[in-house]
Amino acid sequence: MSNKEILCLLEKDAKLTPEQIAAMTGSNATEVGQLIKQAEDDHIIVKYKTLINWDKVSNNRVLALVEVKITPQRDVGFDAIAERIYKFAEARTVYLMSGTYDLAVLVEGHTMQEIAEFVTRKLAPIEGVTGTTSHFVLRCYKEDGEILGTKEEAKRQAVFL
Amino acid sequence: MTTIFPQNSSEKGITSRRVNSIAPSGIRKFFDLLATMDNVISLGVGEPDFTTPWNIREAAIYSLEKGYTMYTSNLGMPELRQELSLHLEQSYGVRYDPDSELLITVGVSEALDLAMRATIDPGDQVLMAAPCYVAYPASVLLSCGEPVMIPTNETGCFEIDPPLLEAAVSSRSKAILSGYPSNPTGAVLPRPKMEQIAEIALRHNLLIISDEIYASLVYGIEHTCFASLPGMRERTVLLGGFSKAYAMTGWRIGFAAGPREIIAAMTKIHQYSIMCAPTMAQVAALEALRNSKNSVDEMVADYNHRRQLFVKGLRDIGFSCFEPKGAFYAFPNIGLTNFNSETFAEKLLAEEKVAVVPGTAFGECGEGHVRCCYATSLPELEEALVRIKQFVNRHQK
Repeated sequence: MSNKEILCLLEKDAKLTPEQIAAMTGSNATEVGQLIKQAEDDHIIVKYKTLINWDKVSNNRVLALVEVKITPQRDVGFDAIAERIYKFAEARTVYLMSGTYDLAVLVEGHTMQEIAEFVTRKLAPIEGVTGTTSHFVLRCYKEDGEILGTKEEAKRQAVFL
Repeated sequence: MTTIFPQNSSEKGITSRRVNSIAPSGIRKFFDLLATMDNVISLGVGEPDFTTPWNIREAAIYSLEKGYTMYTSNLGMPELRQELSLHLEQSYGVRYDPDSELLITVGVSEALDLAMRATIDPGDQVLMAAPCYVAYPASVLLSCGEPVMIPTNETGCFEIDPPLLEAAVSSRSKAILSGYPSNPTGAVLPRPKMEQIAEIALRHNLLIISDEIYASLVYGIEHTCFASLPGMRERTVLLGGFSKAYAMTGWRIGFAAGPREIIAAMTKIHQYSIMCAPTMAQVAALEALRNSKNSVDEMVADYNHRRQLFVKGLRDIGFSCFEPKGAFYAFPNIGLTNFNSETFAEKLLAEEKVAVVPGTAFGECGEGHVRCCYATSLPELEEALVRIKQFVNRHQK
């Protein structure tokens, strides 16, 4: 059992207990528990979350992918501006990108208006930001490797030799 | 109404004596019972619970869109044979000429049938470990050969014992049919034992027909291909397929690799009975070989986790269960109850709605065991273990 193996298992199913992981990897539950605790302390395991198909729940939730062009700064490059952006709660995910723009920011809000306000009042005016392009998400088909549509039915024969 | 068949079936039956010589499956009533029940957790399957990786399915769909709907060469698509040749060399260190030593078949089942029909004359004996996959003795009988079963057991890790094997060799022995990693036991054959069997094959001039369909599904060890052993390539027919490794059971695509003369003989039967493996499935197999290593690695890692959890779970209940290092089956000893295999399976299904396969479905010496397939979701495996424990608590000796 390696630390990486435990992390891979937990990344797929955060509900796995140390006892289950120990059984699946042929190791000791106490030892697995300690390794998990260490990974939590080291901020390797950042948090445990649940993947929810929000399209199946009535809710006011709007997502937009905002492309942000910025001018890198001496000594800190893109990091300082990225930090100013990712500290906003509305910025759910922030990536530094190669290509025609610099930051990809996934922005979450309750309405399109709310996101538009955030982009125009908070994000675009930041010093060093030279342009933004917002794309609103219409539907999420797949997230974190999981297809969000209807669960596939089992198609196997019950017994086969 | 007239019939072309004689009425007196004792003289000459409608069906051939050869087919009649094969006993029907002894667990038919078990299957019938299962069909009437809901909410059964089935550990009775013999296939992956993964759907074929999308890139493979997509390649087949694209081939249909482009109109690849014709026959291929009898041997199979040249590109597929070339890729397979490369795969076998890189994975197992065995080289086969794609033009004359490889044949693409309709699953490994067809390859097995062809290998038997191409090499076995009436009365020839084929030696094999028991318990074994149900088609092994049947395929020998259908070729008018005689299966000779070499019993294996839990104490010997279900590995065929070379001295016992050699003691069973007679002047009529033609081949050894090897099926490791094993369905139903999950056993693998360690290399030293394979070498001893290879020596027996050389001493007695026997063919090796090696069904290595589970070659990719081994845990913590490396698979050794029988044909890679010294002196074995020229007397081994290697049988394999895509069903288990790439989760492609329904595509029915497999292969045979072997000496030119045997492959030519097998191809002769194949061209008259099958023509060629389905073109769509061949395209899918090509994609599987070229671009699916990551998917296979992920599936194998996943099976391994479930394997360890399930075997530990069985042992915690009190079963004696040898560690299966291949395929996706556990073959626990059910001696902690008073039931024989068939009764155990029937009662477990009726009382706890968990389906397992009686060991006797795979030969008499499977008695005292049941086959459990752990290619089932983790929650279902855990629930099955809970139910099996309840069952054992009620029926323990």
